[in-house]
Amino acid sequence: MDYAATRDEALARIAGTHDLGALESLRVEFLGKAGSISGLLKTLGAMSAENRQTVGPHIHALRESVSTALSARKTALETAAMNAQLARETLDLSLPAPEGLRGTIHPVSQVMDELAEIFADLGFAVATGPEIEDDWHNFTALNMPENHPARAMHDTFYFPDQTAADGKAMLLRTHTSPVQIRAMIANGAPIRIIAPGRVYRSDSDATHTPMFHQVEGLVIDRNIHLGHLKWTLETFLKAFFERDDIVLRLRPSYFPFTEPSVEVDVGFALVSGRRILGGSGDAGGHGWMELLGSGMINRKVIAAGGLDPDAWQGFAFGVGVDRLAMLKYGMDDLRAFFDGDVRWLQHYGFSPLDVPTLSAGVGVRP
Amino acid sequence: MKFSLSWLKDHLETDASVTAISARLNAIGLEVEGIENPADRLAGFRIAKVLTAAPHPNADKLRVLTVDAGTGEAVQVVCGAPNARAGMIGVLGLAGAVVPGGGFELRKSAIRGIESNGMMCSVRELGLGEEHDGILELPGDAPVGAAFADYQGSDPVFDVAITPNRPDCMGVYGIARDLAAAGLGTFKPLVIDHRAGSFPCPLPIRTDDPEGCPAFFGRVIKGVTNGPSPQWLQDRLISAGQRPISALVDITNYVMLAYGRPAHAYDLAAVSGAMFARRAHLGETCVALNGKEYALTSAMTVIADEVQVHDIAGIMGGEHSGCSETTTEVLLEVAYFDPTRIGNTGRALNLASDARQRFERGVDPAFLDTGLALLTDLILNICGGEPSEIVRAGTPPALPRLIKYDPALAETLGGVAIPAAKQRETLAALGFASDAGWTVTVPTWRPDIDAAPDLVEEVVRIHGLDNIASVALPRSEGVARPTATPEQKQERRLRRAAAALGLNEAITWSFLSEKEADAGGGGTWVLQNPISEDMKVMRPSLLPGLLSAVRRNLDRGASSVRLFEIGQRYLADGEHPTLVLVLAGDKAARQWHSGEAQPFDAFDAKAMCLHLLREAGAPVDNLMVMGDADSVYHPGQSATLRLGPKSKLASFGMVHPATLKEFDISGPVAIAGIHIDAIPTKKAADFARPPYSPPALQAVKRDFAFVVDAALPAGDLIRAIRGCDKANIVAVRLFDRFEMPDGKLSLAVEVTMQPAEQSYDEGALRAMAERVTAASAKLGAMLRG
Repeated sequence: MDYAATRDEALARIAGTHDLGALESLRVEFLGKAGSISGLLKTLGAMSAENRQTVGPHIHALRESVSTALSARKTALETAAMNAQLARETLDLSLPAPEGLRGTIHPVSQVMDELAEIFADLGFAVATGPEIEDDWHNFTALNMPENHPARAMHDTFYFPDQTAADGKAMLLRTHTSPVQIRAMIANGAPIRIIAPGRVYRSDSDATHTPMFHQVEGLVIDRNIHLGHLKWTLETFLKAFFERDDIVLRLRPSYFPFTEPSVEVDVGFALVSGRRILGGSGDAGGHGWMELLGSGMINRKVIAAGGLDPDAWQGFAFGVGVDRLAMLKYGMDDLRAFFDGDVRWLQHYGFSPLDVPTLSAGVGVRP
Repeated sequence: MKFSLSWLKDHLETDASVTAISARLNAIGLEVEGIENPADRLAGFRIAKVLTAAPHPNADKLRVLTVDAGTGEAVQVVCGAPNARAGMIGVLGLAGAVVPGGGFELRKSAIRGIESNGMMCSVRELGLGEEHDGILELPGDAPVGAAFADYQGSDPVFDVAITPNRPDCMGVYGIARDLAAAGLGTFKPLVIDHRAGSFPCPLPIRTDDPEGCPAFFGRVIKGVTNGPSPQWLQDRLISAGQRPISALVDITNYVMLAYGRPAHAYDLAAVSGAMFARRAHLGETCVALNGKEYALTSAMTVIADEVQVHDIAGIMGGEHSGCSETTTEVLLEVAYFDPTRIGNTGRALNLASDARQRFERGVDPAFLDTGLALLTDLILNICGGEPSEIVRAGTPPALPRLIKYDPALAETLGGVAIPAAKQRETLAALGFASDAGWTVTVPTWRPDIDAAPDLVEEVVRIHGLDNIASVALPRSEGVARPTATPEQKQERRLRRAAAALGLNEAITWSFLSEKEADAGGGGTWVLQNPISEDMKVMRPSLLPGLLSAVRRNLDRGASSVRLFEIGQRYLADGEHPTLVLVLAGDKAARQWHSGEAQPFDAFDAKAMCLHLLREAGAPVDNLMVMGDADSVYHPGQSATLRLGPKSKLASFGMVHPATLKEFDISGPVAIAGIHIDAIPTKKAADFARPPYSPPALQAVKRDFAFVVDAALPAGDLIRAIRGCDKANIVAVRLFDRFEMPDGKLSLAVEVTMQPAEQSYDEGALRAMAERVTAASAKLGAMLRG
């Protein structure tokens, strides 16, 4: 028998197959139980040892060649089939993918979180109080007794139909300062708190809205003086604006709840029409802008908070949160803060992942 | 408070520049809000001589002038002034100049056919006074061609904001005292010419209301001539922003502005009998100098004669007895009124005035005689006349206040060490006397000083707040301690979780219109004095504000609006922190792969609501879906999430079409609301979590299909199955639901069972399946055959 011819014919037929089914048929034809090469192998058993020694290697070699060729052909056909399938599955990946959603944090909330983070490092807790207040907490306890002229300057919203259980008139708090009183009464001294929140004045024009946000700061301890106030405000503003060149100008002023009272200006540079904080307001191209009200807490206020003004003294300050947000992040229209315009929120809002941290810096750059 | 530099120099000897004065005013707490130089407004006006004056050919009352304004050629102008004549010297405004008294820009024009190249100006047109009968005539030696501003002289005007605690600085005199104490010059002592009366006061003066008017000093001056006040006086008033009226009126205003001392001058001819302070009678009225009639009450002090009220005491005089050009006899009133009562009356009448502002803050109770002497002297000098003796009714409260002071306070409270001697010097310059033991006598003009910290403020502000060094607050050791409360952490987490769901945080007004508040359940807190009817009621719900924002966004063309807000609801029992989210427009825009745009449905709201509740720490697995969402919701597509019948944590669903209509919104809106303060607070726990290792054995899943009554809530079935074998069943997923021809529902669930120690055998699986079917059967759910 011409094993070489048989092999060549088999290999040619294998190479000539183009689908896996035909290849499988060939495998059965050659190597199946009743296959031609299987049949040759079976003949070996009946041969004489001598004959087997001569013929055996030929038959084994034939089986080996065919088996290898079948396997190689199978791999080739499978690869071709997969390539064909992949070719059919090709996508136009320039097509747009589904859009992810981008939710936002309101700038006021973001700035409040920034303030909480900065002041936490200075040992301040965050305190809150009701927005609907009684006139004792909002005025009387803050050394603005009834008929005090400063009351009239507060443009207060009143609720004529409600009075507190003890007969006090109810109103919308005009500042976050009543939280001072509540904190003193609730926790005693020493105290370090900031109190952010909504406040209200019956005032509405291009730069005033009847609702806005303030943050109050309060420190009461044994030996606190104006130098501590100055340091605290400088430290806070430098951290908040992430600038070391913040310069403050303190001016004597008047608030019923502080004595001495200090208005705080901050230096800015006018850069293409925008106020950029930093530098002395007296430098060329610079100016001062009023930013904060502050002072040493009036003895009467400390007493109203149930503390002994001979033992405790401290300072308080207040600043507009919306104002801080505008100065830092560049909005120029306060009214837009309260409009809920999705376009504005998408532009000025913050990613939920922008959680202020001291290690990353509390601010978020675009 | 406005005043000119020359006025300040009446009381302060100084060579300081305007800039230096301004800086020092700011430094000592008298905030300069502006400095205006009237000369700046006179740019473009020149001194000009009228060369010829001829009648206008086409108008009887006009004249055609040629004037020499030093420009090298004669300028022709048309002029209507009766006093315009050849040879006179006046002020010419050239084309391009802006007329201060009119605010308009001059242009070359033709007036009745004759060319006019400028305007000869009156006093009023130049903004220098009210005179407008003719053009301003300057002395013959005025330099023709010179800029009028230079000739007029530069007298800058300071505009200073006076804080309400400083009535003493509501007069130029007091400001000068402060500046002198701050080293900016020498305070000029007040020289007073006390004019003796030559006859007894012809009418009785008394105070019948010693509470409201503790003191009423007065005198009559007869034989006065009331006309325009002299130029220097008019200039002063104009610099203060006041309109000169007549000498008598101007003099009282001047004394008020110069010394912070309001006074009143009555035309004696209008007074009948005695003049006295008393309480008004309820129902009495007074027509004040502003021409308005005020209804008075018995809480208000007035100055009246036997017949009628002449003055709303300390606030505004009456029209009836005001001085006019025919006044020949004048009654001067210098009184002390109780500040609190003045404030009450002013607020009750809603009547503001310069006098009220000063009396309300507290005028110097020791200045009555001085004030009267200053007034008398000025009147006699300007209007002539003869003064009566002075009547002093009552006594002003002038007890000197004494304060025990410790100069160490400057450092311990003010943060800056100032030598005691220097402090004493500063206090003395401000009028505070101090003895060796540091008992300080407060000057009568400083009602604001009542304790040692006030004195600290005085010495520190004059010393300069710039000299205070920053001192670090003591720091606790180590890393700063966490300070946020559980509520604060919960709110921050909720906020960022909501934004992470793709929602935009909005902040809307706390107040609503009544209609909106009614839509949100009705408001309890109604403002007395709202900015507008749209902002009248404190919101009982955050939804109306957010729905309004949705409408605005949709109106602006937004196709998808996802908003949330965290804020307070204001109810009768107080304020409640709340989160509301709104989903409007497209949930998904039309897309090449998903086709049509998809709207939001109630399940979107439910998913977000549950996600947020979980983030807020609510026990979400124990929540029951119940009905009874409020009336803003679609009744069939809304639900509440409760821990028990009375413990409502949240609601969600679609907004009721009627509500949408009220807010002018078309298209469905899905919403959810979370009552943050209803979420039970978690107990503070350790950082370590409960021990856990993933089970070694594989979980087994089995599907069950049930036929149930259409009314059975699917959630009940899931809950029943989950609860029937808590040891083994770890998850129940409803994966198929359809309505059968007979109206019943087919619900298919996949139940996941997790073996713990050993694999389930057939018996165990059968037992669990029986428990599932038994629990379901109790709800009427039958296995599908």
